[in-house]
Amino acid sequence: MSVLVYIDQSNDGKLKKASFEAVSYAAKTAELMGGQEVIALAIGAADAAELSQLGAYGATKVLKVNDAAFHSFDAGAFAKIVSEAAESVGADVLVISYNSTGKALAPRVAVRLKAGIVAGAIDVPSVNDKFTVRKSVFSGKAFADYTLHSSKKVIALNPNSYGSKKSEGSAAVEDFATSVGADAVKVKVLEVSKASDSIPLPEAELVVSAGRGLKGPENWGMIEELADLLGAATACSRPVADVDWRPHHEHVGQTGLTIRPNLYIAIGISGAIQHLAGVNNSKVIVVINTDPEAPFFKAADYGIVGDAFEVVPKIIEAVKELKK
Amino acid sequence: MNILVCICKTPDTTAKITFSDNNTKFDTTNVQWIMNPTDEWYALVRGIELKNQLGGKVTVVNVGQSDSDQIIRKALAIGADNAVRIDAEPVDSYFVASQIAAYAKAQNFDVIFTGKESIDYNSFAVGGMLAEMLDIPYISLATKLEMEGNTATIDREIEGGIEKVQVDTPFVASGQKGLAEQLIPNMRGIMMARRKPLNVVPAVDVETLSSITEYELPPARSSVKLVDADNPAELVRLLHEEAKVI
Repeated sequence: MSVLVYIDQSNDGKLKKASFEAVSYAAKTAELMGGQEVIALAIGAADAAELSQLGAYGATKVLKVNDAAFHSFDAGAFAKIVSEAAESVGADVLVISYNSTGKALAPRVAVRLKAGIVAGAIDVPSVNDKFTVRKSVFSGKAFADYTLHSSKKVIALNPNSYGSKKSEGSAAVEDFATSVGADAVKVKVLEVSKASDSIPLPEAELVVSAGRGLKGPENWGMIEELADLLGAATACSRPVADVDWRPHHEHVGQTGLTIRPNLYIAIGISGAIQHLAGVNNSKVIVVINTDPEAPFFKAADYGIVGDAFEVVPKIIEAVKELKK
Repeated sequence: MNILVCICKTPDTTAKITFSDNNTKFDTTNVQWIMNPTDEWYALVRGIELKNQLGGKVTVVNVGQSDSDQIIRKALAIGADNAVRIDAEPVDSYFVASQIAAYAKAQNFDVIFTGKESIDYNSFAVGGMLAEMLDIPYISLATKLEMEGNTATIDREIEGGIEKVQVDTPFVASGQKGLAEQLIPNMRGIMMARRKPLNVVPAVDVETLSSITEYELPPARSSVKLVDADNPAELVRLLHEEAKVI
């Protein structure tokens, strides 16, 4: 009996932030289930030194598949390897971070293992008489408790919903001999382009977001400056992405990304229900808007009724002062 | 090109979400239903564009009861050629994917599209499950897709970037913003949709792997603390000292 956790990494073998969180979550789940082993499985170029860090987050053992055929992601081939490893170590519960990799991988793994899945878990399971995991539904407007009836279970964890918990320790790293061959890879990766060096929005703990109130794309300089100062990612509302003031991968809301950062600063965004659906699980929401009647103020923790062009530069000065 | 587009119905984006039966059921009273936005705007429209460019046909499939017919007719009005409704109330992603897989196995589709997650249960699992059941590749979060012969070149979103991949048919792709532009059905399309075939087929038996035992609405936020516009430094102080987020 064990909990298997999938470790996501970049093509150059660096562990993603989501992987540390997934291991922390798996360790807590294993504890709740009566002290099971936490076995991490990494497929890709990451070496033993990189992988042994996972011990400090609660992994008891790390299995690695480091074969050049699997250095780039193929959901079908990876699902075969993950399922094979789960069978091999006798894992009943699998934890997979539901980032862009996990969204392609976890549903396939669930089908292979005939496991029930909670796709987008936001809390640790409750394991008394039933195995139940909470997830966000209706685009953040409600929560639902999913009970899984199958003997094997897949928990696909929403990034930033549990956090990384680091303590002491390092994990033994072993090779996992998979029977899955290079012929299982059907998707050829031609190139990977980074949008920028900035923090990926789904992983960001702090987010500075702006909307139509900024009047034009040329005014985003102060938004980017504030985000840089705070170490935050930038985001935007749908109308702004629709008119190409900002790239669409910054669009948060019901039809864009759903995020749950520690801090969401909304500047010049009125707070239509579709936008709120994407951000209302943020821990702290700050709204800056000229219109005191903007619906966003009802969903905010802190607010300033004022002109962004006057307020934001003053905030930037105050943050600079704080960071001194 | 034989193209399948999976569509589902969801509450309108502005719908008020409430629950009944002791918070165990979604209360559908007064809910307006729409086609899931990413299914309609990206999956369906890109499917139709590929058909117009390369020939072939577009079939839409829905797992649902007769209250889905209005969104199916809309898909036909936008430009799908025919439709299949698998007659069952969806239980969970596994149930829906199993139904579509049972239908699609006998049909030789080249490309199967889904949208990004539905805006009701937000699981984003049907596409991946369907691909596994059919044992074909799955490209998630596609923002661009071009076909040349039997090979597709697809841009898919990854954390903070884009991965460009190549894959041969048949495959499943889930579409999101960038893949296509929303199409509004015109009067001719709406008239033609009435005569296009909508076949209702029975569902297959599927084991229930998951169920929702309880819903809960998020706690209301306590009222907003307003800071004077002349003193934004106070906001920074509150975020640092009170909320402790910066």
